[in-house]
Amino acid sequence: MITINQLHKTFGRQEVLKGIDLYFSAGEGLALIGPNGSGKTTLIKCLLGLNTVQPGLIQFNGEDIYQQSAYRKNIGYMPQISRFPEQMRVKELFALMKSIRAEESTYDLELFEAFEIEALYQKKMGLLSGGMRQKVSAALAFLFHPDVLILDEPTAGLDPVSNEILKEKLRKTIHNENKLVLITSHVLNDLDDIASRLVYLMEGRVLFDKQLTELQAETSENRLNAMIATFLRKQTSHG
Amino acid sequence: MGKIIQFLATDLFKNKTIFLYLLFLWVTGFGLISLQGQGEKILLALLNISILVVPMICLVFSIIYFYNMYEFLLLLHAQPLARSTLLISFYTSLSLVLTGVYLFGLGLPLYFSGAGGEGLLLLLTGSLWNLIFIGLALLMAIWASDRTKGMGFSLLIWVYFVLLFDGLVLLLMYNFNEYPIEKLVLYISFLNPLDLGRILVLMQTDAAALMGYTGAVFQQVFTENWGKGLVLVLLLLWALIPFSVSIRWFNKKDL
Repeated sequence: MITINQLHKTFGRQEVLKGIDLYFSAGEGLALIGPNGSGKTTLIKCLLGLNTVQPGLIQFNGEDIYQQSAYRKNIGYMPQISRFPEQMRVKELFALMKSIRAEESTYDLELFEAFEIEALYQKKMGLLSGGMRQKVSAALAFLFHPDVLILDEPTAGLDPVSNEILKEKLRKTIHNENKLVLITSHVLNDLDDIASRLVYLMEGRVLFDKQLTELQAETSENRLNAMIATFLRKQTSHG
Repeated sequence: MGKIIQFLATDLFKNKTIFLYLLFLWVTGFGLISLQGQGEKILLALLNISILVVPMICLVFSIIYFYNMYEFLLLLHAQPLARSTLLISFYTSLSLVLTGVYLFGLGLPLYFSGAGGEGLLLLLTGSLWNLIFIGLALLMAIWASDRTKGMGFSLLIWVYFVLLFDGLVLLLMYNFNEYPIEKLVLYISFLNPLDLGRILVLMQTDAAALMGYTGAVFQQVFTENWGKGLVLVLLLLWALIPFSVSIRWFNKKDL
């Protein structure tokens, strides 16, 4: 579904991504993890075309995304920090998005209803709290039935109830609807029953890329946190 | 694209600065009429006001608006919209609103002052100035991600076109006044859209007679129809070139 070949990305003199090769396919719950500044957000921004990349490095369904925009109709994106124009009302946002995507006739309103977005309709974006903005952003990401969901730190700022709702929705999206979900998170506990594959980035390189079952067998741990800790410990002691 | 332009234009009309701008144009326009009466004096006064105010409002307002709407831009970017579509929408809605306010704000006083074709020419030139300086503002906003830097350089552009350029031309004319540099001055004036427009409007009035020998050279060009056409084409180029460069830069920019 998404192929990344030798992706390099430099900002000025700083090389943030130093040659990444990855392949993502439908039905995967992919957890992108790694320490701060390892290039997770940069990688996501490259996928979304927010950061420009050279031609031929990233393919979406076999098509090069270089200078393309149409492929983004298949992507739902929830950014790390959702910021909207302050004066805009929630209702206007949804109306505008629907009118931009006029070709879509059915909407996925599950999160929209679960988060009770309609109750916020008359509120201005500037007055919403960070968590409420995250909810709006999540509802928006799912709205047009995208085949790929990209969530950058989705659980930061969400209350526990909303967090569970989002996780349940993600679980359903991966297992029942066979879609690709790409999540970055520091809160590994949140990824526990969503992720089926782990990609660990370190200083702009892929340190390891393993199926969850594989990792489980290698480390004989059950919790994600412990698995990664054990695995990294093994790696460093070997190296 | 239409939906985004519609949304942005509505958003701009709700902006209080836009309303204050309109009010300012009305107050100065009608104020001048009540002070100076009718005719060419009003036209020249409004010309000078346009030269001072239009570039500043267009540069400062557009650049602030672009930076303020940056998050919105990112939000729209997640949708299947081409980057050029986004930038063209921003440019079009800013142009529509600012030019509309300018036309409405000065058109009404001009109409009551009884200015004829010259008044229309001023409005046309002023509208082109709007397009030019909104384009330059977007260029600066895209070039500099740092807001202070973008703002500083756009103010520098304003100072350059409004004050510095004229000073340099004056210096040139003063130092080389023994040489036949009238033609050269004509070509140099092409480098500043404000001068170009100012001369174009001035030449249609009696004030042209005060401009001496240089004025005679200008008279040949700026009063003929082909000359007027040429100036308008040059002004259009001044609007198109910075904007097309800004599209190119925007396509390559890391947002």
